[in-house]
Amino acid sequence: MAHGQTASGIVAGRLTADEIATNFSDLHPAHAPHEASVAADRCYFCYDAPCVTACPTEIDIPLFLRQIQSGQPESAARTIFDQNILGGMCARVCPTETLCQEACVRETAEGKPVEIGRLQRYATDALMATGQHPYVRAAPTGKTVVVVGAGPAGLACAHRLAVLGHEVVVHEAKSKSGGLNEFGIAAYKATNDFARLEVEWLLEIGGITIQNNSAFGSDIGLSDLQNQYDAVFFSIGLGGVNSLHAEGVDLNGVHHAVDFIEGVRQSDDLNELPIGRDVVVIGGGMTAVDAAVKAKLLGAQNVTIAYRRGQDAMGASRFEQDLATSRGVRIMSLVQPISVLGEGASDEIELGYTRSENGKLVATGETVRVSADQVFMAIGQTLDGAPPELTIEAGKIAVTGAGRTSMSGIWAGGDCASGGDDLTVTAVAEGRDAAMDIHEILIG
Amino acid sequence: MADLTSDFLGISSPNPFWLASAPPTDKEYNVRRAFEAGWGGVVWKTLGSEGPPVVNVNGPRYGAIYGADRRLLGLNNIELITDRPLETNLEEIARVKADYPDRAIIVSLMVPCEEQAWKDILPRVSETGADGIELNFGCPHGMSERGMGAAVGQVPEYIEMVTRWCKQYYDKPVIVKLTPNITDVRKPAQAAKNGGADAVSLINTINSITSVNLDLMCPEPTIDGKGSHGGYCGPAVKPIAMNMVAEIARDPETDDLPISGIGGITNWRDAAEFMSLGCGNVQVCTAAMTYGFKIVEEMCSGLSQWMDEKGYDNVSDFVGRAVPNVTDWKYLNLNYIAKAKIDQDECIKCGRCYAVCEDTSHQAISMGEGRVFEVIDEECVACNLCVDVCPVENCISMVEMAAGSIDPRTGKVVQDDYANWTTHPNNPGAVAAE
Repeated sequence: MAHGQTASGIVAGRLTADEIATNFSDLHPAHAPHEASVAADRCYFCYDAPCVTACPTEIDIPLFLRQIQSGQPESAARTIFDQNILGGMCARVCPTETLCQEACVRETAEGKPVEIGRLQRYATDALMATGQHPYVRAAPTGKTVVVVGAGPAGLACAHRLAVLGHEVVVHEAKSKSGGLNEFGIAAYKATNDFARLEVEWLLEIGGITIQNNSAFGSDIGLSDLQNQYDAVFFSIGLGGVNSLHAEGVDLNGVHHAVDFIEGVRQSDDLNELPIGRDVVVIGGGMTAVDAAVKAKLLGAQNVTIAYRRGQDAMGASRFEQDLATSRGVRIMSLVQPISVLGEGASDEIELGYTRSENGKLVATGETVRVSADQVFMAIGQTLDGAPPELTIEAGKIAVTGAGRTSMSGIWAGGDCASGGDDLTVTAVAEGRDAAMDIHEILIG
Repeated sequence: MADLTSDFLGISSPNPFWLASAPPTDKEYNVRRAFEAGWGGVVWKTLGSEGPPVVNVNGPRYGAIYGADRRLLGLNNIELITDRPLETNLEEIARVKADYPDRAIIVSLMVPCEEQAWKDILPRVSETGADGIELNFGCPHGMSERGMGAAVGQVPEYIEMVTRWCKQYYDKPVIVKLTPNITDVRKPAQAAKNGGADAVSLINTINSITSVNLDLMCPEPTIDGKGSHGGYCGPAVKPIAMNMVAEIARDPETDDLPISGIGGITNWRDAAEFMSLGCGNVQVCTAAMTYGFKIVEEMCSGLSQWMDEKGYDNVSDFVGRAVPNVTDWKYLNLNYIAKAKIDQDECIKCGRCYAVCEDTSHQAISMGEGRVFEVIDEECVACNLCVDVCPVENCISMVEMAAGSIDPRTGKVVQDDYANWTTHPNNPGAVAAE
């Protein structure tokens, strides 16, 4: 341990290698078989189950729980994958506390929902451990579909199309596939390189060609795609980031949270990753929580989330907020950044207090300064590089129905498309549904 | 404070909880531990005739049925009677009885159906000072293939004959243990009484195959690729045992015959239920074989608290209290009308009641906006299935309709008089109401 937690500035080695390893281990470790059986047995097998309604991919949860309980996690996994081919990752990253597990009647009954997320992981892990891909392709249709962006929506779309017998070409701007599964989300939710392994497993279906380092716009244009392929699916995510409009954001030590998170996800050695002693994260969503928790786990001594509205308005769920505070992150609500202060590098941040007046946020005039040798901006991502020919609506590609854009033959889904809620599971649902719609249009 | 002292056939024990004849009572070591733990009495594991003892298999003897979280609900065994020499058992019985004069020791016996065999063994049992004997006419596996155990218990004439020999050659209480592997349990009970038995005990275990190993395609427990049926016991058999107990308790021919209740008794409540159906005491095995001897502490404290709450001073105060309320179906009051009622504040909206009523019963529950489940009185026959499947206790209840109100299902006025099938107009054999 070279520096320890109290050393000022942005430095690596604040914690021992053992501490780092422990901090970044699995947040929700997998169930052991007996544990899974007992946990699954708690399901009441509800009629028209509320958990299914609450799942964006509408996985038949009571059925897969019963399949686990009766000793066949592999069957359970098929039930899951039929609806959600990225069920393994969703089991890890879904905010189940606001989806299936919030709807679970045992949450109503006793405040202890069935552990649907962990059990989904148990099932999907079991099937993936067999080393076999559970689907076979239909007879070739002779059609080829192009998918732009190999994130959750693109992969789900590609897989479903491949199952249906189409050929799929995927253009991915980055060197690795997986999108936010690979570059975003919390490291402690997707340990052991799961994102990469899941993509490899998914591609075993065959018929999908991924071209990495191939960015739409610079490397390929819309007309090329229209000419070459039978249908186009855009799943380019939100590549841009909002910047803070405050003095001092150009100082060293001020970063976009998504870049920090990507750095952590892609790091070969977390012990080498520098982190500030006093870290302030601006924002209130999942990205803000992820960045703050990661900073703390890397050894930052003081980590503060500064959010301009009340805590109950935060985009991150209560579960995520509690996760952050349990790791020692302080959540300051009703403060907004005024300026980042420092000589060349950030030293502290001045925050102004706010209050809500008739639903509008107004500054109270009072301010407070918080030490900050590192500031992460997590105030939202934006659509970047969408084809100008498509209609954009509220900053996203406008879609109707199963992801149909304003142009015939072009579909979109995932975070880049209108109507979603920026969740992995929603992206999967949109990719899958667009694939079914494309199939219907192409085959009739 | 309730007095748990039990007097069964003149045999006194500090509480009505005896350990049944089974592995827990196979030898001195176990029985001493049981008495130290607080058990009121034991029925010593079945002794056979003098000579080379029986042998047991050298592989698994037990198989299990589980509920959630491996809670053992049923146990099956293929163990035989004691495999230790007769003399060893008799010496141990005498020693333990001498050291624990306040506890009941009953000796279970199983020897061939020949008068001489009984004539030989009974005096030797008598010498041990044990308080009585129990005739094992119930063991359904192994021994029955040799003409003993259940093979005797299934032939009332044999029961009567052997019981008579025992009464002739032994001067302490004789309890006849009955097998449930028979069509009408009243017949062997009557035979036992006719032979002079002081009491019957029931049930012994039920013929069973607990599971099949689907890889070996062989019943479990599996001995070198083969399985044999065993005797089933534990919580799962309690309803079967209680019905048989009640059948004997309310049969005019045997309603004065004392009963020692056996069959899945796991806690004080199970014991109280058996006793309410006419059992003077109870015998426990599987619960001890699942949790160890310490459970008797809960049984004693539970029974004591319940007796205090109900105002029973002695265990004999409630023995048989429920027997008069066990009747034949034909005497049930057909004018009693109830409807299911769902407490919306308690409902967690799982919809199980709806699913089962819609799919398997009377389509008497509606599912409304926001998953509100309500009973349709016009369809509800008060079958109780919704109550049984509801995961929330007391969320759904059966509410009796007041006399004078109209049953929306039939459109008829609810009567306050009693009327049963024997007088019902649809009954071709109906007799005119008095």
